[in-house]
Amino acid sequence: MKKTNISLQQVQHIAHLANIPVSEAELVRLQSAFDETLDVISNLKELDTTKVTPTHQVTGLENVLREDEVTEKRMFSQQAALANASKTHAGYFVVPQIISQD
Amino acid sequence: MHNTPSKYQLICGMEVHIELKTKSKMFCGCKNDPFGAAEPNIYTCPVCLGMPGALPVPNKKAIEWTLKLGLALHCKINLFSKFDRKHYFYPDLPKGYQISQYDIPFCYDGYIKTSQGRVGITRIHLEEDTGKLQHTTIQGEKVSLIDFNRSSVPLVEIVTEPDIHSGEQAKEYGKKLRDLVRYLDIADCDMEQGGMRLEANTSLQLSEVARTTPDLLPNYKVEVKNINSFRFLEQAIKFEADRQALILDKGETPTQETRGWNSLKSETFAQRSKESAEDYRYFPDPDIPPIHFTQAQIDALQAELPELPEIVIARWENEFGIEPRYSELLLSQTEYRAVWEGLFSTSKKDQLNTNQLASLIVNKKISLSLDTAILISAFKAQTTTTSIDESELAGVISSVIAENPNEVSLYKAGKINVLNFFIGQTMKKIGKKIDTALVKTELEKGLR
Amino acid sequence: MLHTITLKQAIDGVKQKKFSLSELHADTLTAAQEAQQNYNIFVSEPRAQEVNNALISTPLAGAPIAVKDNCLTQGQTTTASSKVLESFSPAYSATVVEKIQTAGGVVFGKTNMDAWAHGSSTETSDYGTTKNPRNPAHSPGGSSGGSAAAVAANACIAAIGTETAGSIRLPAAWCGVVGLKPTYGRVSRYGIVAMASSTDSPGSITKTVEDAAIMLTHMAGNDPLDGTTSSQSVPDFTSFLGKNIQGLKIGFMYEDLAGLESILDHYHDVISVLETLGATVKAVSALDPHYAISVYTIIQRGEVSSNLARYDGIRYGHDRSYFGAEAQRRIMLGTYTLSKGYADQYYTLAQKVRTLFRQDFEKLFEEYDVLIAPTTPSFAPKIGIAEGQAMFGELADMLQEPSSLTGLPGINIPCFRDTTTNLFLGLNIIAPLWREDLLLQVADAYEKATEWNSWRSHA
Repeated sequence: MKKTNISLQQVQHIAHLANIPVSEAELVRLQSAFDETLDVISNLKELDTTKVTPTHQVTGLENVLREDEVTEKRMFSQQAALANASKTHAGYFVVPQIISQD
Repeated sequence: MHNTPSKYQLICGMEVHIELKTKSKMFCGCKNDPFGAAEPNIYTCPVCLGMPGALPVPNKKAIEWTLKLGLALHCKINLFSKFDRKHYFYPDLPKGYQISQYDIPFCYDGYIKTSQGRVGITRIHLEEDTGKLQHTTIQGEKVSLIDFNRSSVPLVEIVTEPDIHSGEQAKEYGKKLRDLVRYLDIADCDMEQGGMRLEANTSLQLSEVARTTPDLLPNYKVEVKNINSFRFLEQAIKFEADRQALILDKGETPTQETRGWNSLKSETFAQRSKESAEDYRYFPDPDIPPIHFTQAQIDALQAELPELPEIVIARWENEFGIEPRYSELLLSQTEYRAVWEGLFSTSKKDQLNTNQLASLIVNKKISLSLDTAILISAFKAQTTTTSIDESELAGVISSVIAENPNEVSLYKAGKINVLNFFIGQTMKKIGKKIDTALVKTELEKGLR
Repeated sequence: MLHTITLKQAIDGVKQKKFSLSELHADTLTAAQEAQQNYNIFVSEPRAQEVNNALISTPLAGAPIAVKDNCLTQGQTTTASSKVLESFSPAYSATVVEKIQTAGGVVFGKTNMDAWAHGSSTETSDYGTTKNPRNPAHSPGGSSGGSAAAVAANACIAAIGTETAGSIRLPAAWCGVVGLKPTYGRVSRYGIVAMASSTDSPGSITKTVEDAAIMLTHMAGNDPLDGTTSSQSVPDFTSFLGKNIQGLKIGFMYEDLAGLESILDHYHDVISVLETLGATVKAVSALDPHYAISVYTIIQRGEVSSNLARYDGIRYGHDRSYFGAEAQRRIMLGTYTLSKGYADQYYTLAQKVRTLFRQDFEKLFEEYDVLIAPTTPSFAPKIGIAEGQAMFGELADMLQEPSSLTGLPGINIPCFRDTTTNLFLGLNIIAPLWREDLLLQVADAYEKATEWNSWRSHA
C-alpha cells in the first residue's frame, strides 16, 4: 500500500473545515492530489530560515486608515443589496434554519 | 441567598464585547446604527456584505477609542499591531472570516479595581461585528433571516484574567466597565440593544488549593453566554458555582462546554461542547497594512483622556467634601461634566455647603443647568432662610392654631406628627422661606 | 482592417479623423465574433453598441478594451469563469475598470480565464477552454488566457488582465503579445475577485510596449478603497519610451537551471541584441525558483481558501457545491496549510522563505538595473496537458513566482517565433519595486530592434 502524506480521514476533516461538500470518490482523488502537492512543497525545509522573519506584506505600508465618515453614495439601497440573492423575504436574506450557536 | 460553599473558590474570567458608537462601520463607510435602522439591510455596501473584490480599510477613530479604553484601564499598548482573519462559516459572517486581532492586540496587561480586589485585564482588541440572524417559519419552512446592518460595526473585546471570585464581583466589574466606557463617551453600552455583551468563564477550585497554589487553574472551564443584564450575570454565576460544586462533590469533573442562561427558569443549560477549541486558521489580513504607533502618539492620547472617575471622586471628596455616591451620579451626567468643577469651586469660595449642593442636584431638588450662576442661586434660594419678625410669626401661629381645632385636639391626644401639618400651614401663610426649626419650636410652645 | 491596429494607432487615428470610432468598433466586433467561434475567447462577448463620439477627446478615445472576467463590471455579468457566479451581475465596477472608462476606454467583452484564476492554461474555466490563436491545438496559457488570446487575435485593441504569479506574463508569452504586471500596489485590486491578496496585481495585455505604457498610465494610482495601493505619483509612462539602453546593467537569471536547455539558445540571441544596443549582460545566480513554487503554492492556496470562503450562495451566486475540481483542490490544500498544527510548518515557513527571495532580489538589484529570464521553460503545450495534474499552474509559473511573490514589476515581450508551429517564446524583464519605467525602457528598445512583434512601430 502506497504511503501517503495524508489520510482519508484528514482529508475529510479538512473538507469539513473548508465547508466544501465532497463525495467519497472526490475524497480519494483529493487525497492523491494532496499527496503530490505535499511532496512538492516539502523542499522548504532545506533552507535556513533562522535569521529571517516572515514577509506578510510586500508594500512596506503602515497605518492606512479611514476617517470616521459615512459615505452615503457607496451604500446600497435595500434592493441593490438583495439583488443577487437567490432567496429573500421582506428585506432579509433567507437561509434554511440551522441550530443557533448563540 | 446562595453562597458558594467555602470548600470551593470560584475562578471566573469575563469576556465583554462592546459596540463602539463611531459614525461609520469598522472597515467601510456605511452608517453605524444597526439598532436604529428602520429596515433590514439598508446600511450595507460591497465591503460589509462580503461581495467579490471588496476590501477593508480600518476606521481610525475606532482604533483611537480602543487605545483610550486601554489607557484608562492601565493597559500597555502594542506599538506595532495588526488585524488578523479568523475563519469560520456561519450565515451572519459574510466573508467566511471575521477580521479581528489574534496574537498582537492593541492593548494588554491592565487592571480595574473592584471592592473585592483587582481584576486584571488580559487584553483588549478590536474586531468587526457580524450580521444578525433571526429564526422564523415561512410557509411551513423553518428558516433564518439575515440582516447585515450590523455587519462590520466596530466591536471592542475586553478579556479579564480569572480574577473574579463571586457573582457580585462580576456584576461590579461589569458596571464599572460600562460606566468607564460611557464616561469616555465611546459607546452607549445598551444591553437591550446588544451594545454590550457579557460572557463569563467559570470553574471552581478547592479553596485549600486556591490558597496554597493560586496560579494553578482548574482543568476545565464552563463558558456562560446569552446574559443580557448585570442581574442575570450575578444569578448565572451563582447558579453555575452551585451546579459545578455538586458535580465536583461527586468526584466528577464538570463538562467543558458552553452554556446559556435561561432567565425564566433562572438556570443555565448546555449549548455545545467545548472539548476541542475551534480551528480558526488565523493569519494576518493581507488587505490591511499593519498599524504602527509612536510612543509620542500614545502619550498624546493619554493626555487627551479625561481625568478618570476614580481620581475625580477622590479629589472632590478631599477638596469639596462631596460624598462619593453623589460624585458618581454627577459624573454620569456627561453633558454637564464641564460644569461641576467650576460650580464646586465657586461654592467653596462662597463658603456654601458643597456636599448639600451636590445632594440637592442629585435628588433633583435643583434643576440641571449649564450655568453655574443659576445653580448657585437656586441653591441659595432653597437653603437660605429669610428672617422673620417675632410678632409676625406669633400672629400667624395663633391664627393657624385657631383655624384648625380638630388638629389641635389630635396633637394634644398624642398624635405628635400632626405638628408637620401645622408647620406646613404656617409656612404657607407666611409665604417666605424661613427657618423651619424656629417655626417648629414656636408651634410647640403655642400648642402647649 | 482597423482591428489590427495598436492602441496608440487607434487613439491617434480617431483623434485625427483617419477613421471613425464606430468603424473601429465595427471592425473589431467582427473580428471578435470570428475569434470567439474559433478560439472561445470570451465568457461575455462584446456587444454591438452605440459608441459616444464625445469619447474621442479623451486619452483612450473610445478604444475597445477587453476585460478579464474576474474584474467586476457594473450591470454586466461577471463570473471569474466559474459556475458559482454564472448569473452574478454586480452593482459596482472594479476601480481599474472605472479608471479605464474615465480615461475613455470602452469595455469590450469579458474574457475567459481559468476559473477563479486557478491555473496557467485557461483549461479550468467552467465555460470551456480558450485556444491559442497562434496555433489552436495549443494552450493560450492562463489564467488571463482569454485576454492574451483576444489581443493576439486582434479581437480587441488592448486588454486588462491580472497576475497573481505569471497569469499575465505567461499567457502573453505563449500568445506572442506584450504583458505587463505592475508593482504590487501600483494598481487597485478593489472590485477584482480576489485570489491571493498579497500578490494579485491587475495589469495589461497589449500589442506593443507603447500600448502597455499607455494602459499603465491610466490604470495606476492610489485608491482609498484599497489599503494596499501606494500613494506614489503616476507619471506618464510613455515618457520612458524611445530611450536607448546604453550602459544599463542587465542580469540574466536561470541560465544554469535544469529544464531550460532546449530554449536557452534563443535567450543567448536576446542577450546579443541587448548587448548590441549598448547594455551589459551577465549571467547571475539566484535563489532556486523551485523553492518559489512551494512558497507560492502555500501562500496562494492559503489566501485562496480564505478569499473564497465568502462564496456560500446566500447573498449572491450559487452554493459551494458548484466549485470545480481545481478550486476544490486549492481551497483544501490552503485550508490544510493554515490549520492548527500545520500553519507553522507550512504557512509561516513559506512567508519566511518569501523574505529570502526578497533579500535575494535586493542583493541582485544592488548590482544590476534590471533582470531578464525566459518567461516560461517551454513553448505553449498542447491543450489537455493540464488534465488531472495536482499543480500544473504553479509548476508552469515557476519562473514568474519569485518576482510575483516579492511584488516586483515585470513585463513579457515576444522574443522568438517558431516558424513551423507558429508558437512564441517570451522574454521576462524584472525591475525593482516601482521601476516600471526601466521595464518599458528596455522592452521598448528590444521590441523596436527586433522583428518578433508584428505590431511594433519601427525604431
